[in-house]
Amino acid sequence: MPLYLNDDQKMLQDSAADFMKGEGNVAHFREFRDKNCKDGFSHALWKQFAEMGFTGILVSEDEGGLGLGHTEAGVVLEEIGRNLTPSPFLATAVAGVEALNAGGKALRDKYFPGILSGDSVLALAIDEGAKHRPDQIAMAATREGNGFKLDGKKQFVVQGGSADTLIVAARTSGSAGDDKGLTLFAVDTNSSGLSRDSVRLVDSAMAAHVEFDGVVVDADAVVGEVDEGGAVLQRMLNAGRAGSAAETLGVGAGAMDITVEYIRSRKQFDTIIGSFQALQHRTAHLYSEMEIARATVLKAQQMLDEGSSKADMMVSVAKAKAGNTTALSVREGVQMHGGVGMTDEYDIGLYMKRDRALAEFMGDANYHTNLVAEMHGY
Amino acid sequence: MSDLESFREETVAWLEANCPPEMRQPMVDENDICWGGKNPTFKPGQKEWMDKMAAKGWTVPDWPKEYGGGGLSRAETKILLQEMGRLKIRSPLSSFGIWMLGPALLHFGTEEQKLHFLPPIARGEVRWCQGYSEPGSGSDLASLQTSADDKGDHYLINGQKIWTSYADKADWIFCLTRTDKTSKHKGISFMLFDMTNKGVETKPIVLISGQSAFCETFFADVEVPKSYGDGVSSVVGEVNRGWDVAKYLLGHERSMISGDGSSGATSLGSKFADQFGRDEMGRLDDPMLRAQMAEMDIDVLAFRAMAERFGDTFKANLCHPAQPNMMKYAGTEINKRRHELIMSAGGSEVLEWESDASSGGLTARGWLRTKANSIEGGTSEVMLNVVSKQILQLPNA
Repeated sequence: MPLYLNDDQKMLQDSAADFMKGEGNVAHFREFRDKNCKDGFSHALWKQFAEMGFTGILVSEDEGGLGLGHTEAGVVLEEIGRNLTPSPFLATAVAGVEALNAGGKALRDKYFPGILSGDSVLALAIDEGAKHRPDQIAMAATREGNGFKLDGKKQFVVQGGSADTLIVAARTSGSAGDDKGLTLFAVDTNSSGLSRDSVRLVDSAMAAHVEFDGVVVDADAVVGEVDEGGAVLQRMLNAGRAGSAAETLGVGAGAMDITVEYIRSRKQFDTIIGSFQALQHRTAHLYSEMEIARATVLKAQQMLDEGSSKADMMVSVAKAKAGNTTALSVREGVQMHGGVGMTDEYDIGLYMKRDRALAEFMGDANYHTNLVAEMHGY
Repeated sequence: MSDLESFREETVAWLEANCPPEMRQPMVDENDICWGGKNPTFKPGQKEWMDKMAAKGWTVPDWPKEYGGGGLSRAETKILLQEMGRLKIRSPLSSFGIWMLGPALLHFGTEEQKLHFLPPIARGEVRWCQGYSEPGSGSDLASLQTSADDKGDHYLINGQKIWTSYADKADWIFCLTRTDKTSKHKGISFMLFDMTNKGVETKPIVLISGQSAFCETFFADVEVPKSYGDGVSSVVGEVNRGWDVAKYLLGHERSMISGDGSSGATSLGSKFADQFGRDEMGRLDDPMLRAQMAEMDIDVLAFRAMAERFGDTFKANLCHPAQPNMMKYAGTEINKRRHELIMSAGGSEVLEWESDASSGGLTARGWLRTKANSIEGGTSEVMLNVVSKQILQLPNA
């Protein structure tokens, strides 16, 4: 498979680009931020995502979706990143759906209709500390009657306050650090004993601290097999990481575009500042890094779609490379904008904030760089 | 079975039956490269392998058969190279004739020039060198001054070239000369001549690596015939339009130098972990070096994806014409960083310059050699200039 988008994927890219630019643009983002919306995104826009078919990209055709892959999900996410579109797409339609794809038919029948119609929002309850450490998950799920009782705390549950369902990773046996003993659950946010405290993040998205105080779920809530959730979690993380790498790439590309546009028109010393070699070389270096990051992200998506056994490695490479590159893009963006780069009026700062939040989602560049070393056996 | 599958099967069978065992050993250094030429130095197996491959046209598999090539399609060429890589078979012949002059002649040459010059290149009979840079013309190559004065039936060449790779070992040179002093870019010609001509002198340049792959080349009243036979002009393309040929070849050279940024090697961390020892978690027991090697893994694997994408988009005509400049910049900068890390990992042992233990300073010499990567074929700074002007459309100062 050549490492560029095919004609169908390009058509999807065009329609996603038009849609985000028209409906989910930066002005829309500012509107929802400024009215201090408790969700941090528009449910009406989420319904439109569903009408466009986007929420069913990873859902099979038999189950009413488009039956497409991670490459197509990435195409949509890159446009989301480029336009700073606030939506629960990544957690719900990409990572969430991928977890449910690894679960039983009953679960998919229960949740897919709401996702396909844009009525349902999923959130992911994985992290328990300030940094993403899925191998250290300690939250307990103990057997209780026909099901399990969940006790513990999760944080950085993005859009957890708006979600109707959480995908929760917990321990049914063993202890933190063990390979086995993890189980994934689909938990109704209305469950008794579950409390959520939503906080606004630096990028204006909402994330929840979630407390589980004896939350009882039945055996039907298990996604995959009991004690064998590691594999499901890995599948969900791969989808979420490749997806967030694609969104990050969009943020970096958007930031680079507005920065290049700015230095092409801004004059100082009676000269267009973009004619200064000091800026040209840094911008050209950034372009080079962005191109490499784009190739890397697409490679990871294609490998996931092919079911390659080496996909884990490339997904981590993509998350790290896209993260490093977009961090460079937004830093250079603010610096090259000069004073106005520090103002809320200009968009470049919004890109910097979005990148910062995305970097932490499912592991930052350092986390994934370390993983790549471990996968290489050192 | 598809045609390509049976081609693969036949190719593997032929390679295994015909490749001498010496040619399946890994290459140690530059001395293991087979260059051919009129005064060749063959190591065991090299000549046999070169001749066998040349007889099939597989020293230049994708050139047309009438010019000594194999006439293979792109897909077949890819299969041949894949299988040679998989079977760890060395390239039968390396030369600037294959890499540079061949593509130029195939693109700009007359039929007679192609028939005259290409087959001896494919057979490894004539070794070529490239006369581009001059002492005063590096990044600003088009300012070159080596003159070729029209003397009726011949040109009279005077001047000096520098960084002429293996000029002291080459039989012929493809050389940029000034045929018109009134126009900078439209006064250059792409000329072919014999290095044994009277007035040609070469002097190897000793580099910081201690090696001398490059020469200074001097021309004092060298007489170059205008024609080597019917239709076989000594000038490729039109007189005074040699810059077009040079630019075409620079693009070609830049994508070649970029390589895959990794010299085909695997993760440095996994290679050095055993040498360094591991901590109780199995990690390379030097946290800073481990971190740097992991970052290198990320950048090498990422650039490998980029090289694949570049190749795919290039073939499909989807990539920006200035993209080879970006590839050259990124690939060479990664390779330099990689060799810095290799030196750091080797510590004091790789400082040894002549010992047997260090294979004569192989690591250190290789490290120093990489410093030229971002200078030769256009410096990194020139690459960034091209990207910022042609791709990002940033204005001139």
